[in-house]
Amino acid sequence: MTAERIVYMDHSATTATDPEVVTVMIPWFSQGYGNPSSLYRIARESKKAVEEARNQVATALGAQPDEIYFTSGGTESDNWAIKGIAFANRKKGNHIITSAIEHHAVLHTCEYLEKQGFSITYLPVDDTGQVRIEDLKAAITDQTILVTIMFANNEIGTIEPITEIGKVCREHGVYFHTDAVQAIGNVPIDVSAMQIDLLSLSAHKFYGPKGIGALYIRKGVRIDNLLHGGGQERRKRAGTENIAGIVGLGFAIGRAVSGMDERNKRVAALRDRLLAEILETIPNTRLNGHPKERLPGNLNVSFDFIEGESMLLLLDHFGICASTGSACTSGSLEPSHVLLATGLPAETAHGSLRLTLGAENTDDDVDYVIEHLRKVVVRLREMSPLYADHKKRSCNV
Amino acid sequence: MYSEKVMDHFMNPRNQGEISEADGVGEVGNPTCGDIMRIFLTVKDNIITDVKFQTFGCGAAVASSSMATELIKGKTLEEAWEVSNKAVAEALEGLPPIKMHCSVLAEEGIHQAINDYRVKHGLEPWEEKNPHSHDHHGHEDETCS
Repeated sequence: MTAERIVYMDHSATTATDPEVVTVMIPWFSQGYGNPSSLYRIARESKKAVEEARNQVATALGAQPDEIYFTSGGTESDNWAIKGIAFANRKKGNHIITSAIEHHAVLHTCEYLEKQGFSITYLPVDDTGQVRIEDLKAAITDQTILVTIMFANNEIGTIEPITEIGKVCREHGVYFHTDAVQAIGNVPIDVSAMQIDLLSLSAHKFYGPKGIGALYIRKGVRIDNLLHGGGQERRKRAGTENIAGIVGLGFAIGRAVSGMDERNKRVAALRDRLLAEILETIPNTRLNGHPKERLPGNLNVSFDFIEGESMLLLLDHFGICASTGSACTSGSLEPSHVLLATGLPAETAHGSLRLTLGAENTDDDVDYVIEHLRKVVVRLREMSPLYADHKKRSCNV
Repeated sequence: MYSEKVMDHFMNPRNQGEISEADGVGEVGNPTCGDIMRIFLTVKDNIITDVKFQTFGCGAAVASSSMATELIKGKTLEEAWEVSNKAVAEALEGLPPIKMHCSVLAEEGIHQAINDYRVKHGLEPWEEKNPHSHDHHGHEDETCS
């Protein structure tokens, strides 16, 4: 009865590394293993590969190559950007502005800085998950040194008004960092047009390998190092380069950006059909996030009367990989801070399901998910005292 | 993360449903916290002859309800009262630490159902021996534990 089939709809968690990405990485393990800091030929080849990847990342962002620094991923990039700016600009001010719906790599870093004496403003969001520009303007003081607001949200997929935020920050002379981990390959990005000073990215979200990412730092930005050690990355990020990872990142970002329009059109069409059929065939269901300004593959819906983790377990039984904003999967007992920040009641947040589609999903996958999701919701509602009460209420009307 | 036993009771819940003319009903939990359990009892000559549950919650909450109903079916009310959350968790071959509160909920649900029966029959409700800190019945502002 258990399906052999796997339908992966959790691309915001991670993506499968594209086999072609793996192919370009392979030579950099056992053959091109030279340390780029060394002098001999195989080391020079490694160095060259790193610089080529740097060019690829810079091109994808509209940046200069010497503004790109390789890191171990999104979490390190976020930590570096926020702590690095905070500690380097302490004399100028101690105030940082972020949003209530950031990834924990940003939120917990800000909480840490609060303990170090910094003052943090957590901007609220509207019911679609967007920060309001007026709130941002009102929050900036003469002590503000950094605004860090994500490009697009990982749970509800809402895209933030980045261009407007960049403009306000530049006008006020405040650094602007954005966690663009979810946005790369999904939304066109141009760091200079958008007036972004720092940007975090991670390869495994766009069919690259895990454990490698980058931080864009605009030339002239005052920032401390996070990692101290050797002189790698122009003395800004110590540690022997992950050559294969860097090569994979460079290749993957090139493909993610060049194939973006075609892929997004296809993925968004699948997502839209999936959403339409869910809303049409499953009553007491709502879409979370922004109706339009959202990542092309992101779908986040709440089903009344049922809980997310049990949904995931049953979907997993049919080979469907998804995620939820319910407490139970997060290791805490509070539901998603993102859904709560959009004003969703906790019980609706507990019943949320996130399906994030990607390049390899097909129409057939959409049919399969709808068929089984419908059954799963019916089954859990049959079990739910909340649904039993709801049915009785409807009968009494 | 779950034992096979938990998965079995989650995938094939025992005694799921409702008893329309139940002799005792217990309801514990809170939608804000993501779990509600409702336990229905039929009692004849002090023996639980039938028991059903309805649960809104995670896999562990469903499995705990299912296992708890199995453990008390056919028991006297006194015996059923003694079924502890630990007994439920052990019968499930363990629960992850963060899910232990699901078994607590099951124990409390049984206790409430039994006391509902007792009160309906003009009897004094029994007192909780080890009141659990998180009797979060219906309080929206309470933290979930």
